[in-house]
Amino acid sequence: MGLGRGVKVSCTVNGHKQVADGVWEGESLLYVLRERFGLYGSKNACEQGECGSCSVYLDGTLVCACLVLGGQANGRSVVTIEGLEGAKVQQAYVEAGAVQCGFCTPGLVVATHDLLHRVPHPSEAQIREALAGNVCRCTGYAKIIDAVNLAAGRL
Amino acid sequence: MEFFQPATWSEALAMKAAHPEAMPIVGGTDVMVELNLDHRRPEAIIDLTRISELTQWGTDDGLLRIGAGVTYSQLINELGDRLPGLAIASRTVGSPQIRNRGTVGGNLGTASPAGDAHPPLLASDSQVELASTSGVRRLAVGEFFTGPKRNAMRKDELIAAFLVEPARGPQQFSKVGTRNAMVIAVCSFALAIDLERRRVGSGIGSAGPTPLRAIEAEEFIQGELDWENRARPSDATLRRFGELVAAAAKPIDDVRGTATYRRHALAVMARRCLEWAWAAA
Ligand SMILES: Cc1cc2nc3c(=O)[nH]c(=O)nc-3n(C[C@H](O)[C@H](O)[C@H](O)COP(=O)(O)OP(=O)(O)OC[C@H]3O[C@@H](n4cnc5c(N)ncnc54)[C@H](O)[C@@H]3O)c2cc1C
Ligand code: FES
Ligand code: FES
Repeated sequence: MGLGRGVKVSCTVNGHKQVADGVWEGESLLYVLRERFGLYGSKNACEQGECGSCSVYLDGTLVCACLVLGGQANGRSVVTIEGLEGAKVQQAYVEAGAVQCGFCTPGLVVATHDLLHRVPHPSEAQIREALAGNVCRCTGYAKIIDAVNLAAGRL
Repeated sequence: MEFFQPATWSEALAMKAAHPEAMPIVGGTDVMVELNLDHRRPEAIIDLTRISELTQWGTDDGLLRIGAGVTYSQLINELGDRLPGLAIASRTVGSPQIRNRGTVGGNLGTASPAGDAHPPLLASDSQVELASTSGVRRLAVGEFFTGPKRNAMRKDELIAAFLVEPARGPQQFSKVGTRNAMVIAVCSFALAIDLERRRVGSGIGSAGPTPLRAIEAEEFIQGELDWENRARPSDATLRRFGELVAAAAKPIDDVRGTATYRRHALAVMARRCLEWAWAAA
């Protein structure tokens, strides 16, 4: 907690205890995950909460990792795309043709996982609402909605 | 930069007193954007997310007292029935990820004229509770906003909670933006009808240096509404209400819209909100 010495971030990530020392006080959880823990699944695109490509669970709640301060994750539990039990959602994205460049996919898979656990059979309006914070520059979203419907039928 | 993580409210107040320059963080949805984009380098940050009182709400002498750290998602899920106007506004904030983290306390802290919680708080005469090591004070939310992104909080103070009466009648909120989600309001309007006291409250967002009330419009419509039989107001009355709301705004031209458009949109939103709300009375 000292001046410029950095903070220690100690949290559970995907079920394993992880510790990083000397983390800059203003560093985001996204940076900690990627650059200190080597978990590159959560993508860094906008760093301002606009694109959703950094979506993770923090204590079971869907959040943008770029908007969580590293130190705020102390003692908390983080689940990233690497640790998510999201194979069925991921498979549905592949089968529906909802993955092109794939940059948005990890964030969308986490957000879809969250939606389907809250609302097992969402309407199209509910899907659009739930994924409003995840930007995809390739697909035009139609196939993403197909993928969510496909996953909903299988979960 | 220093990082403080108080475990209790009294510890947080003591830290803020000792480090008045320290910037609080809760949901981080405003603070982290500034840090990530290098727009701000505070000397110190105080993380308030360990303080459980801040995420709780309860009743206080007939009012709801809602901790500054209550998120939009919590408001929608837990208080939507008692605070329908604030819940509608909360549903328009950002995305699920933003609503899961963002708080009304943070919206008040930022004090943007476009903050979506502000118009409903104004319309229902809410108060902001500020605390420091030297005591607690409550301010009418209208006095809390002092300018664009400026508020009445002293450097040694923190926002503890806001206080608001549970709805005593229909409430509405309307917001104009380029998309249905993830937008900062071009302008917005909130309405709260108190059927018991026969009062109408209003709040204008993103059309002035601070969120504003439309006092003349409120007085006009209170006198016009058929409180006994709840008949629909005439088109002329609805239109006049809209005009008075538009006249109360102090909009400017900026990247999101022109002053003329904002006035026009406010008149339309005010008329519609009144029509929707009164139909539900
Ligand atoms: C992608 C995106 C979309 C958004 N969409 C909207 C939208 O539609 N509508 C809208 O109104 N806003 C929107 N915002 C802005 C933001 O989400 C809100 O202003 C939110 O309410 C901030 O709450 P927070 O808890 O995240 O605040 P923080 O970022 O943690 O803090 C915000 C400010 O308040 C201060 N603060 C916070 N809590 C306290 C306290 N208890 N005491 C004293 N000071 C405090 C902080 O020091 C800081 O200055 C959006 C932001 C993003 C990134
Ligand atoms: S990188 Fe976090 S939302 Fe874009
Ligand atoms: S697949 Fe390329 S951004 Fe979505």
